[in-house]
Amino acid sequence: MSKIRFTEPNREILARRDSIINDLTRLVDPAGLITSTDECRAYETDALTAYRKMPLAVVLPKTTEEVSAVLKYCHDTGVKVVPRGAGTSLAGGAIPSEDAVVLGLSKMNRVLAVNYDDRFIRVEAGVTNLSVTAVVAENGFFYAPDPSSQLACTIGGNIANNSGGAHCLKYGVTTNNLLGVRMVLIDGSIIDLGGDYLDSAGLDLLGLVVGSEGQLGIVTEATLRILKSAEGARPVLFGFPSCEGAGKAVADVIAAGIIPVAIEYMDKAAIEICEAFAKAGYPLDVEALLIVEVEGSDAEMDATLADITAIARANGATTVRESRSAIETAAIWKGRKSAFGATGRVADYLCMDGTVPTGKLSYVLAEISKIVQRHGLRVANVFHAGDGNMHPLILYNANDPSQQSKAEAAGDDILRLCVEVGGCLTGEHGVGIEKRDLMRCQFDDADLVQQIRVRAAFDPRWLLNTDKVFPLDFRCQG
Amino acid sequence: MQTNFSLTALADAHVSESEKILRACVHCGFCTATCPTYLLLADEADSPRGRIYLIKDMLEEEKPATPQVVEHIDRCLTCLSCMTTCPSGVHYMHLVDHARAHIARTYTRPLPDRLLRGMLAKVLPFPGRLRLALRVATVSRPIRKWLANLPGGAQLAAMIELSSSFKRRRPTRRLPGATVDRPRGRVALLSGCAQQVLGQNINEAAIRLLTRHGIEVVQPIDEGCCGALVQHLGYESRALDAARHNVDVWTREIENGGLDAIVVTTSGCGTVIKDYGFLLRNDNAYAQKAARISALARDITEFLHELPLQDGVRTTGQVVAYHSACSMQHGQQVRDQPKSLLRRMGFVVREVPEGHICCGSAGTYNVLQPEIANRLRARKVTNIEKVKPQIIASGNLGCITQIGAGTRIPVVHTVELVDWAMGGPLPDVLEGCLG
Ligand SMILES: Cc1cc2nc3c(=O)[nH]c(=O)nc-3n(C[C@H](O)[C@H](O)[C@H](O)COP(=O)(O)OP(=O)(O)OC[C@H]3O[C@@H](n4cnc5c(N)ncnc54)[C@H](O)[C@@H]3O)c2cc1C
Ligand code: SF4
Ligand code: SF4
Repeated sequence: MSKIRFTEPNREILARRDSIINDLTRLVDPAGLITSTDECRAYETDALTAYRKMPLAVVLPKTTEEVSAVLKYCHDTGVKVVPRGAGTSLAGGAIPSEDAVVLGLSKMNRVLAVNYDDRFIRVEAGVTNLSVTAVVAENGFFYAPDPSSQLACTIGGNIANNSGGAHCLKYGVTTNNLLGVRMVLIDGSIIDLGGDYLDSAGLDLLGLVVGSEGQLGIVTEATLRILKSAEGARPVLFGFPSCEGAGKAVADVIAAGIIPVAIEYMDKAAIEICEAFAKAGYPLDVEALLIVEVEGSDAEMDATLADITAIARANGATTVRESRSAIETAAIWKGRKSAFGATGRVADYLCMDGTVPTGKLSYVLAEISKIVQRHGLRVANVFHAGDGNMHPLILYNANDPSQQSKAEAAGDDILRLCVEVGGCLTGEHGVGIEKRDLMRCQFDDADLVQQIRVRAAFDPRWLLNTDKVFPLDFRCQG
Repeated sequence: MQTNFSLTALADAHVSESEKILRACVHCGFCTATCPTYLLLADEADSPRGRIYLIKDMLEEEKPATPQVVEHIDRCLTCLSCMTTCPSGVHYMHLVDHARAHIARTYTRPLPDRLLRGMLAKVLPFPGRLRLALRVATVSRPIRKWLANLPGGAQLAAMIELSSSFKRRRPTRRLPGATVDRPRGRVALLSGCAQQVLGQNINEAAIRLLTRHGIEVVQPIDEGCCGALVQHLGYESRALDAARHNVDVWTREIENGGLDAIVVTTSGCGTVIKDYGFLLRNDNAYAQKAARISALARDITEFLHELPLQDGVRTTGQVVAYHSACSMQHGQQVRDQPKSLLRRMGFVVREVPEGHICCGSAGTYNVLQPEIANRLRARKVTNIEKVKPQIIASGNLGCITQIGAGTRIPVVHTVELVDWAMGGPLPDVLEGCLG
């Protein structure tokens, strides 16, 4: 059933398990070393639960020095390492291999410094995304990238996947809000990239690290740009009688050069699921819904909203409703941010993550429903429309093996479609194992070779997150 | 999430219920962020998602519980914060109840643990025995440090330590009910087992409040423990017996005189009574009756909130930090009523930062897992003290004693404050505190 392959575990490493564990006990605090079958089980998967592999062991270091000691040891003895933050990857990025040690950053969750004058915060990599904003909110600041999983996912995971979120339309994704990292290389050396300032001299290695899915090193600390919250913010719900109308409205808003803070899209299936959970007052009598948030002074918001409303009406919007209170605003966003989880009430799902030019949204939406129907399944669409970052949720029954493969086949078709229309395989969830074998649809061999040469420059023995991102038959040494 | 149960396993009603719960979990990890034990320990196996996963593996494989699984399930506070967070509606409470029963059936605990749990289950639900135990605890206070070094002694020492915070509360005997002329309603008020011994003033206040509003109060003499304590210790059949017994007692009251509600002043008990309908769903003789009882159960603040309330008569305005018990906010999803009652009486109610995180009381948890419980208490007290309250109010005796043992600020039950504001006596612990 499971279509995605893993490499055969290295028998020699498996045979050395006891001595490896014994060595690890000297490198990390005992509370941070997990070796029993039952306890390792909890780490065998992430949010892509269709795939699972038991790790050799799990270490949860508390300091950069411990991370360095473990990596140096693994490097010297040829043991693979899978970095893990909160395990919310939807692409299987944190799924272990049987011959790999999982290195989790969850215990490194301290805030190290906050500087409002220079607008940055320095945190350890295991700090959750939302708690960064929580720390600075009382002073009117926030950290902009807001993945829907922000309650749980870690800054380290965000950096590895270059994560985005609803509000990234205006503020950019992780890479636009990261100032510096402390990172441990596979040989145990500790490097600092970037700093407390916006740009540094020399090669932009920081840019390289963002989105590298744990294959270049393990990030242990990060300096993040924090921003002053806007004077006011107002989400507005626009209901459309057709998906095409909503897709066209998004394209027209972007084409008109208007940049709201967020434009989120939900189709009927998604609206029903989210409304049942969050009771946010989403209109149930429409085929598609756009949540558009604008911010600024009242006058600014009124002006931007007038323009957006005109475009929405021209594309057939039947409902236009502004949030009237902070409670309503919170409910509107809670519903949107819980969309994937709430879908679990209805069915299992595979969450796709392709990006398309906004001008192609309507066409792609129509094609997606055809593809999914062709495979005999259903779909719910809820995504960051302003960025053209689509998340079709392919609904299926995970206990039915034939549906599992149909869902995966439909997913592949959808991602190919995204590439065909000039978009890309992943918007923000990363490649992981899920899209690894589709990388060739996006890149030709010369492109890929250059990527893996860079990767191998950091990790010549391919020990870090080995089975991810690049097709398994595509390897080069240093 | 995919599951893998054999058809024979699914023939068992408990297993098939748990399978449904597991199927709803999408392993998104949201719940990890609001789980007290994950916040402290940062190990997936001490998070809701991790526990769900371990339980899934144990049940699917029909394996006896291992010491590792038991350790992580034992560390769960049953605070149900994970259920409030879960977008997918995963019923963690029913799943963990099943897991605990499975542990009780398949795992032999080390002797000191067995003795301690057995003792808690034999003492706490019985007011007479509890009174005696408290006397023993008082005389053992001087040797608690020595006890702490024995196997299982840390837990005994924790128990003695906690019992000292009861001192500030006056032990009393069971209350009679109260009748009123031409009542506008009739309710049964749960006596509560520990509360009868340690917090009778709470129900005294509740009775005054209810009768003041024309509600007749009955306290059936043969009512027993709600079953929560034994349930969380994994003694499933004893919990069901307790439930059946109380269903009978209250059904008799419904039939002789009628009941508008079964009013509960300890939210930990309320959560379980509201769940009787589920617990007894497979018992043909009781399913219907139990569902009716669950439908009648109300926290006292829910019930009062629905009444046309009288005004307060005292000078209020004191700053009150309201601590919502987990069983209140997560178990019963009762959130606004207690605060709005206090505000209505003129108190200045402050929200506690990180209010969704447990104080560590959690039934018998502070005895069984003193280390985590103490860390949670310290965290809770720090957060409460940030809002500089004069009084702390809560709707659960367990939290009141747990928090009370960590702060000098007086802790009272919400109804004690409301009753005082309406003309009732000043709660003992507030004497000399209100300027
Ligand atoms: C319900 C749901 C909604 C989501 N919504 C969004 C969304 O709106 N936008 C979005 O972008 N993503 C979203 N995601 C995907 C996911 O949350 C993000 O990819 C997130 O950044 C992963 O963080 P994590 O801490 O869970 O990392 P993990 O899942 O643990 O790991 C992800 C990857 O990062 C690597 N990694 C983790 N920590 C480090 C480190 N310190 N150093 C080096 N490598 C590391 C891992 O090896 C892995 O490859 C969602 C996921 C779920 C389940
Ligand atoms: S939040 Fe709910 S669906 Fe998500 S992992 Fe936790 S229990 Fe499962
Ligand atoms: S009940 Fe509380 S302690 Fe237990 S898993 Fe849920 S959130 Fe964690």
